[in-house]
Amino acid sequence: MSATPAQFRRVAETARPRVAITIDGAPASALAGDTVLTALLVNGRRVRHSDFGDGPRAGFCLMGACQDCWVWTEAGERLRACTTYVADGLAIRTTPEAP
Amino acid sequence: MSAAPPPVIVGAGPAGVRAASVLVAAGLRPIVIDEAPASGGQIYRRAPAGFMRGAAVYGSEAAKATAIHRTFDSLVDRIDYRPQTTVWNLRPGRLYTVRDGVCDELTFGDIVLATGAMDRIVPIPGWTIPGVYALGGAQISLKAQGCVVGARTAFVGTGPLLWLVAYQYLKAGGTVAAVVDTTPFATKARQLFGLLRGGKTFINGLRYVATLRLKGVRITEGAIPVTIVGSTHVTALRWREASGREGSVDCDAVAIGFGLKPESQLADLAGVAMRWNDGQRVWEAARDRDGRTAVEGVYLAGDGSAIAGADAAEIDGALAAYALLADRRVTVPEAAVAELRTRRARLTRFREALDAAFPFPAALAAATADDTLVCRCEAVNAGELRAAARDLDAREVNRAKAFSRVGMGRCQGRVCGPVAVEILAAALGMPTQALGALRAQPPIKPLPMTAAVRLAAE
Ligand SMILES: Cc1cc2nc3c(=O)[nH]c(=O)nc-3n(C[C@H](O)[C@H](O)[C@H](O)COP(=O)(O)OP(=O)(O)OC[C@H]3O[C@@H](n4cnc5c(N)ncnc54)[C@H](O)[C@@H]3O)c2cc1C
Ligand code: FES
Repeated sequence: MSATPAQFRRVAETARPRVAITIDGAPASALAGDTVLTALLVNGRRVRHSDFGDGPRAGFCLMGACQDCWVWTEAGERLRACTTYVADGLAIRTTPEAP
Repeated sequence: MSAAPPPVIVGAGPAGVRAASVLVAAGLRPIVIDEAPASGGQIYRRAPAGFMRGAAVYGSEAAKATAIHRTFDSLVDRIDYRPQTTVWNLRPGRLYTVRDGVCDELTFGDIVLATGAMDRIVPIPGWTIPGVYALGGAQISLKAQGCVVGARTAFVGTGPLLWLVAYQYLKAGGTVAAVVDTTPFATKARQLFGLLRGGKTFINGLRYVATLRLKGVRITEGAIPVTIVGSTHVTALRWREASGREGSVDCDAVAIGFGLKPESQLADLAGVAMRWNDGQRVWEAARDRDGRTAVEGVYLAGDGSAIAGADAAEIDGALAAYALLADRRVTVPEAAVAELRTRRARLTRFREALDAAFPFPAALAAATADDTLVCRCEAVNAGELRAAARDLDAREVNRAKAFSRVGMGRCQGRVCGPVAVEILAAALGMPTQALGALRAQPPIKPLPMTAAVRLAAE
């Protein structure tokens, strides 16, 4: 577990198998059945940066409506974090390209 | 009749499931499309494979959830079910979908739109700070992910869902920092007679409030939210009590919800007229009590056309399917339809009492401070919106949208729309409904880049 404070707290369903992912290159842990958004927010406090430079964002509607949670994969694919599930080896980027 | 293409149902929530069930019973094989990986819709959303809590997550509604899930499972072999498929456009007789980045089209004759609702928001200064979530989203996180959205969550807004989700957080072992309801207690008490019609639903509501109080949760009614404090994440919520005193609570998450609004974009694209619901202060797609619209072959059911809750959505789904069958000259059970209409009318009266008990705070929305962001997608604040209204004389909401970019972003005004119209109306001194409804535009949800590229190549 990383030392970064998390936004989300797990209160149930913690017996699921672990899934290894990376977030901006750093290894992180998630559980099978987590959305990408959940995986990001149990590991930290943000999902992406606003397109307008007004700060970090961490999703909002959690139901695929507000579109404020689009992230990228290392391969450059775009995905909506709150409606996409993690898979072993998923490499997430919270910024469009490697800095 | 055999030549007619199969009916299409968009949405596999309580409304869509009941519609499918009636159509299958009549010997049809409907196409059921839902962007979620499983049936159930919002309220009866199913957890991903491997989750263990089962129906317990639905609390008092567990039996209904199980019934809907079982019904749908029993239908799966007799329908053409297309999960994880988003409908992103609709033209007369033609539907455009995307699944896993692959676009598809299909021709339809009859269609039932059962697209459900989403949270309605009033922007509170600071609402884009990480840790602020839509109320329904906070519930989804708990039900379908086993997570609370923060270590200490404050609930702000109004409506029965505010109290329900706060209660569910408490029950699940979360910490509820406060419940800040903008509706004064007296407004609710005045509706007591109408609310009693809700029977068990009303009793459950009282139980949620009582439990929150008993557990010592800080509760305030008739308050005005002032600001969400924080930079990289939420640290507090501040409000002004009805007495004028300032209130504040430390928290690392805020759930905001001011009732729900229909997901009516597909109905709009289908050419169904929008009508103003003055009790809820939202635009909704016009239909008769059976779900028929003025557009032939287009039927509406559930919260996607009129916010009335899950029980009403189930009835709506069945009624819309019966209307569709009757229009195809299939004999429908008149007595059953009459009974459904009666039950639905009762729920409508309960809903009207709820709407009056938890009114949308239009004045609060209209008073959104100039420097508060209204549109998260395009970063437009209330001041820019007001300026567009006054300087460019935007007396129609779609003109204001073109000038200010409010509602032009990725979410298509789903989040900012209801607030934008209140701000504009107040700035122009016009009744809100006179500004008209924000028009839907395809794609109603953004296409993944791969799909957009593939589409362009065609
Ligand atoms: C987040 C949330 C939480 C809620 N929680 C409660 C609760 O706890 N208790 C309560 O009484 N009410 C709750 N409600 C109210 C809820 O709207 C109704 O109770 C009920 O779910 C309405 O049923 P429905 O069938 O009309 O729509 P829904 O249950 O919302 O189902 C609509 C379905 O349509 C699908 N859909 C929508 N648009 C598209 C598209 N373009 N393409 C493909 N599929 C699409 C959605 O994925 C969804 O599965 C909640 C609402 C929301 C938004
Ligand atoms: S959080 Fe709103 S679309 Fe994902």
